[in-house]
Amino acid sequence: MHHEESKHHTTGYGTYILVWLALVALTSITVTVAGIDFGMVALAIAMLIAGIKSALVINIFMHIKYEEPIFKVFLLVSGFTIVVIFILTFLDVVNR
Amino acid sequence: MTQSNQAVAAEHHVHRDDVGAKMGMWLFLFTEVLLFGGMFLAYAVYRFQYPEQFKLAALELDTTMGTLNTIILLTSSLTMALSILALQKRNKFFSIINLLLTIFFAFGFMINKYFEWSAKFSHGIYPGSEELLNKQNGEIVFFGLYYIMTGLHGLHIIIGIVILTFMLVFLIRDSITHDNYVKLENSGLYWHLVDLIWIFLFPLFYLIH
Repeated sequence: MHHEESKHHTTGYGTYILVWLALVALTSITVTVAGIDFGMVALAIAMLIAGIKSALVINIFMHIKYEEPIFKVFLLVSGFTIVVIFILTFLDVVNR
Repeated sequence: MTQSNQAVAAEHHVHRDDVGAKMGMWLFLFTEVLLFGGMFLAYAVYRFQYPEQFKLAALELDTTMGTLNTIILLTSSLTMALSILALQKRNKFFSIINLLLTIFFAFGFMINKYFEWSAKFSHGIYPGSEELLNKQNGEIVFFGLYYIMTGLHGLHIIIGIVILTFMLVFLIRDSITHDNYVKLENSGLYWHLVDLIWIFLFPLFYLIH
């Protein structure tokens, strides 16, 4: 398959640097928030921030945003598998 | 089609399927996600079982060191992406510089890890140590998971250094070029995955208070 040049013009050096700045900012937020006592919500906040960071890395750095739909299907199937494994395990653990 | 046309056509299709190559890489990455996923699952179950002891054990970890390594790895992901983009824009020199920086940051991460683990070892906290075995069950499990998960992640960084060094040689020797760079792209995907795993390891081990 031939490389489609148009796909590569969607990201420039600037986009990558902005994403990097966002990732660093999110890191400082998650470190700062961890210092405050949020109790049980702390883990949820930390995982939410990690999720946002992952979405940035996967979509922009790993180009998923610009890839063919089949790559997104792959990603959804594997993500779904992990979620199912976690849910089923915890259904067992919580009810012991 | 004339003989020469066929030759030209054949030349353009010889062992080249960039989308297929990337698809294969993504499938490999999913096996990696499952490998680490199993460990994250073990972590989740034990943290659920021993929430207080996990908190206590996590206090031993150096948050500053963890944060520094997070920034280093995020920056190495940036330089990796820039290396590929520079090559797409036919700027081989800038591509090489960024790939070199990526390898440099990878070494930086491992050097930090070395000092971090050395400090733990000198405090008598390592798998099977007397000091560790005298602690509560939850703390022992926490450090077991810490060593196996950050250790496996560190192994991935070392493998990444080897792969990226090969890519650097390919790039210098023009085996990777602006119109044939899927090897560099796939190495980049691997490198970003290593970064992704750290994005989760960091808050789960260093930021429990």
